[in-house]
Amino acid sequence: MPNVLTANRLEDGVVVYLGNSGEWVHDLIAATVAENEASLAILEKIAGKSVAGRHVVGVYAIDVDLSNGKPSPKSVREKIRAAHRQTFKDLTELEIS
Amino acid sequence: MYRYDEFDRTFLADRNREFRTQVARRLAGELTEDEFKPLRLMNGLYLQLHAYMLRIAIPYGAITSRQLRQLGYIARRWDKGFGHWTTRQNIQFNWIKLVDVPDILEALAEVDMHAIQTSGNCIRNVTSDPFAGAAADEIEDPRIWAEVVRQWSTNHPEFTYLPRKFKFAVTGSLQDRAAIAFHDIGIRIVGGPNGTKGFRIFVGGGQGRSPYVAQEMKEFLPQQDLLAYLEAMLRIYNLHGRRDNLYKARIKILVNALGVDEYRRQVEVEWQRTRTEGADLPADEVERIRAHFRAPALADRPADFAALAAARSNDPEFDRWLRRNIFPHRHPDYAIAAIAFKEPGRPPGDATAEEMERVADAADRYSRGDLRVTYTQNLVLPHVARADLIDLYHELKEAGLTGGTPGLVTDVIACPGLDYCNLANARSIPIAQAITDRFADPQRAEEIGDLRLNISGCINACGHHHVGHIGILGVDKKGTEHYQITLGGEAGDDASIGTILGPSFPAEDVPSAIENIVGTYLASRTDGEAFLATYRRIGARPFKEALYAKR
Repeated sequence: MPNVLTANRLEDGVVVYLGNSGEWVHDLIAATVAENEASLAILEKIAGKSVAGRHVVGVYAIDVDLSNGKPSPKSVREKIRAAHRQTFKDLTELEIS
Repeated sequence: MYRYDEFDRTFLADRNREFRTQVARRLAGELTEDEFKPLRLMNGLYLQLHAYMLRIAIPYGAITSRQLRQLGYIARRWDKGFGHWTTRQNIQFNWIKLVDVPDILEALAEVDMHAIQTSGNCIRNVTSDPFAGAAADEIEDPRIWAEVVRQWSTNHPEFTYLPRKFKFAVTGSLQDRAAIAFHDIGIRIVGGPNGTKGFRIFVGGGQGRSPYVAQEMKEFLPQQDLLAYLEAMLRIYNLHGRRDNLYKARIKILVNALGVDEYRRQVEVEWQRTRTEGADLPADEVERIRAHFRAPALADRPADFAALAAARSNDPEFDRWLRRNIFPHRHPDYAIAAIAFKEPGRPPGDATAEEMERVADAADRYSRGDLRVTYTQNLVLPHVARADLIDLYHELKEAGLTGGTPGLVTDVIACPGLDYCNLANARSIPIAQAITDRFADPQRAEEIGDLRLNISGCINACGHHHVGHIGILGVDKKGTEHYQITLGGEAGDDASIGTILGPSFPAEDVPSAIENIVGTYLASRTDGEAFLATYRRIGARPFKEALYAKR
């Protein structure tokens, strides 16, 4: 905790996050944050309907950091997913000396 | 090159129609993801971090210019304009939409390609020597037998649901360029009595979590006995291979648990049965397949040695390209030309649509439309007249494709890693790029000499880190990417598995660590001694002392 629900869109596999009104959004900043188990359970119920409705696949919760006032992923893996990087030769964000 | 007949085309069309229906049923909600996943995997379709990934089979790495152009078309139309050569001589597209896949498979079928046997617990795409049919040291073209195995294994009813995936490699040359010691079954074509040819069979090699060098299974198997023998090998594995534990399901675990002698004994008993079941191909069918790989009629094309010498002396880059990217062909007037997709700035093995088209054009002009993909994630033009080398070089240079040099420290093998892959613990691509940048001076890289550096983003070892002279394995250390370094691996003849040098490094320290290892080598080598030879002579200790002294 805090958590955000993420998934891949069924039709194209694009990374999405569960937003405020049950819609799936591209931008993590627009995701709904669950600050406790009860609110996470509510989000998971909404997400379950989206899976049944064939909007998304592979739903899971990720840990986010709210210290900047907006959700940002804690793990490297989720930072990469949230970045939606997509072009040839622009993959290096990590500074390696 | 094997050409599809009507049977092949009908099979593929039926299969694509079936998958189109399966995709439609998934999108309509008639199939759940759990039901659909095994079906998509049987058609090479994975769901990765950002999108679906489609892995397309390039049997034994052989591809025509027409097929390569079609891959370029697919990259441009349905991906983001590029593809990725894999370490099993295939290509992956990393930004595919599920809804587009049926159309992509149809586009592939137009050029006799598909994505079958690139995923799942079946016999996977057979790999081979990228110099097949051209190499100066070749006994027989291994593509003939790789194609025999391909046809035997495709949709084989008994071996479609094996305990785990199963990988074959076939080589027909004196030098192993197909890493046969790291495959479930490795096949080496050898000479037999009275001018006959046969196979030396190896079993139980592999990388991943439990790396093993393959063991010899049979010293000499006559060619006509191949399929019945393989059928017996697969049958014993299928019977005893562990299905209760994913990590112990590969044949390497079975062979090591039983012992190769006991495994061989059981196979020999089973072989007596399979050879009576008609598994072996009739001689005329072998000849039919062999005819597809008849050596091209190459006209004598003596090179203008004075012009070549002048070009070499005027252009050091051309001189280096000639030294490092050109390999001997069985015809003295011809050469094998390698294009390494590894220059600084490029994710290893990535090629743009335009590059695919430019290389296809070059293949048409200079290599009879014939190309190969290497497991080191490069391409090869197998039949280039030495008289055309200057023109080829300039054409490739204009396309930006002469900056990579095979076999040097910069020719890094790297898996897609955490930039794309669901299984990865750490990124491979930025590490590979940082190392390539560090050794970007081509003169210095050449002075360092032959050095295979391989990177995997997780223990599954798609980046072949176990067999790198220097291997780098990405690990997750308390939520951060760390990299473990191994030394002393080798994929070819005299195969070996690298040993871990010591504690892992954070990403930012990896290039300096590699620099340190290279420095130890340079200070220790004797004249003309390559990295691996030095390592084998002096052992890990000097490398370890130099690397960890200041930590």
